[in-house]
Amino acid sequence: MAKDMKEIKKVEEINELGWNELIPGAALFSFTEPVEDVVEVPMEERPYAPTNSHEWQVGDWRVEKPVYNRDLCIDCQFCWVFCPDISILSRDKKMIGVIYEHCKGCGICVEVCPTNPKSLLMFPEHMDNNEALSMWPKKEEKK
Amino acid sequence: MAKKFELNEVEVWDGNMAAAHALRQAQVDIVAAYPITPSTPIVQNYSKFLADGYVDGEFIMVESEHSAMSGCVAASAAGVRAATATSSQGFALMVEVLYQASGMRLPIVLTVVNRALAAPLNVNGDHSDMYLGRDAGWINLCSYNPQEAYDLTLMAFKIGEDPNVRLPVMVHQDGFICSHTAQNVRPLQDEEAAEFVGEYKPVNTMLDVANPVTHGVQTEEDWHFEHKARQHHDLMNSFDTIKKVFNEFKERTGREYDLVYTYKMDDADVAIFALGTTVESARIAADQMREKGIKAGVVSLRVLRPFPFKEVAKALENVKAVAAMDRSAPGGTFGALFNEVSATMLAHGKSPVMLNYIYGLGGRDTTIDMLKEVYEDLDKCAKAGKAVVPLQQFLGLRGPKLSFY
Repeated sequence: MAKDMKEIKKVEEINELGWNELIPGAALFSFTEPVEDVVEVPMEERPYAPTNSHEWQVGDWRVEKPVYNRDLCIDCQFCWVFCPDISILSRDKKMIGVIYEHCKGCGICVEVCPTNPKSLLMFPEHMDNNEALSMWPKKEEKK
Repeated sequence: MAKKFELNEVEVWDGNMAAAHALRQAQVDIVAAYPITPSTPIVQNYSKFLADGYVDGEFIMVESEHSAMSGCVAASAAGVRAATATSSQGFALMVEVLYQASGMRLPIVLTVVNRALAAPLNVNGDHSDMYLGRDAGWINLCSYNPQEAYDLTLMAFKIGEDPNVRLPVMVHQDGFICSHTAQNVRPLQDEEAAEFVGEYKPVNTMLDVANPVTHGVQTEEDWHFEHKARQHHDLMNSFDTIKKVFNEFKERTGREYDLVYTYKMDDADVAIFALGTTVESARIAADQMREKGIKAGVVSLRVLRPFPFKEVAKALENVKAVAAMDRSAPGGTFGALFNEVSATMLAHGKSPVMLNYIYGLGGRDTTIDMLKEVYEDLDKCAKAGKAVVPLQQFLGLRGPKLSFY
């Protein structure tokens, strides 16, 4: 009988499973237990299974990163809506920042940001965020 | 609630109609299909049954066979019963997704009406498509006539959906000779068929939103091997379930199915080993050879995959010469049946003379007389105790005789 992957709490336990203990079809569950009305449960309170990509660092091929500037942001949520990887953190319609563990650096959040200057801009991956904020461009004048 | 379809005790159906009624009676939730000759009437009939209120389900018109099987994969992963039909080039286009279906362990049923693969373009029957999907990890059931196409399609759902199996199942029938030839078929009544097949039991369904599940995950060298091992293990062990379902069907209908089909093999010296409608022609040829004093028999696979290794050896244990008949261009070696049957006999310490006949490509007619020629060859080899004719011959071919080895 296949081991119930939902019983597994740590990734190391999976590495010890034999072929006969796998769930047929390689189905992986997001949570270790069912979550009713999941949209109402904040990310940090969800019982993520160790196999869920939420638990994994998957942003490591990024070469440029979006840096967030709280002073300019109007909390329009465009970046949160458009991010293809749920890597924008927002609470009660207030932007908090970028989840660098998951962001792949695609730049869509910067593209859709409507402020002037933008509240999200791409900077080289190795640059410190404070340094990036000190280099922020000025408001573009209307021509 | 679907309407009941009034059926006579004996219906006159071709293989396509028989398969379509089996899909209807199994109350398939999703059929995603793209038509291709000669299997088109299966999904065409099914869609008419649905439009007329005889099925509670959805018919998805897609833009290709790749999408047809992809639709079935999605529906099955979402937690419903899914099926479709195809042939030949359509089957070839589906191949990528066939591996997805079996790897994801989704019990989809695919009714395959066997047809040649181009080029040259040809709409008639041979087993090129069946052979193309041989290694795709599906259970493969083989029928020889419309009655069997009906019976095996109903049984396919029950076999594939069994919790110990959870694998997709193909049901093969020969293009035109079976699919378009009307014969007497004794169907089950709707309630009885529904009771036999049973309610669909979803496993790890994607539509359970409180418990989200990812299907079709990526695994590399760390896990792919273990998943494939598990899949092969469960396919190899599906024999028990297949036999159980065959028995339940026999109890209900009196019609008996076995992993390997045999005809007059108890005392046979020579045997034709073939698939599909040729089995029925070979039976007549065997009877006629017996009138001439040659102890001829016929062996066939009811289950091509998993390959019934022990049962094939048992069926041929006392035979002196076997003709493995392959209805697919062998592509630079012996036909697949020849290789598999030869290996089976060798592994069981038996060494009958093994001959390979390539026949019937692109719907070329295979007559009783041609099969009697095969038995004559076998008889010569059996009496000599060794091969006295070429090991691989093309049967029914115009021009100079073509043979190898």
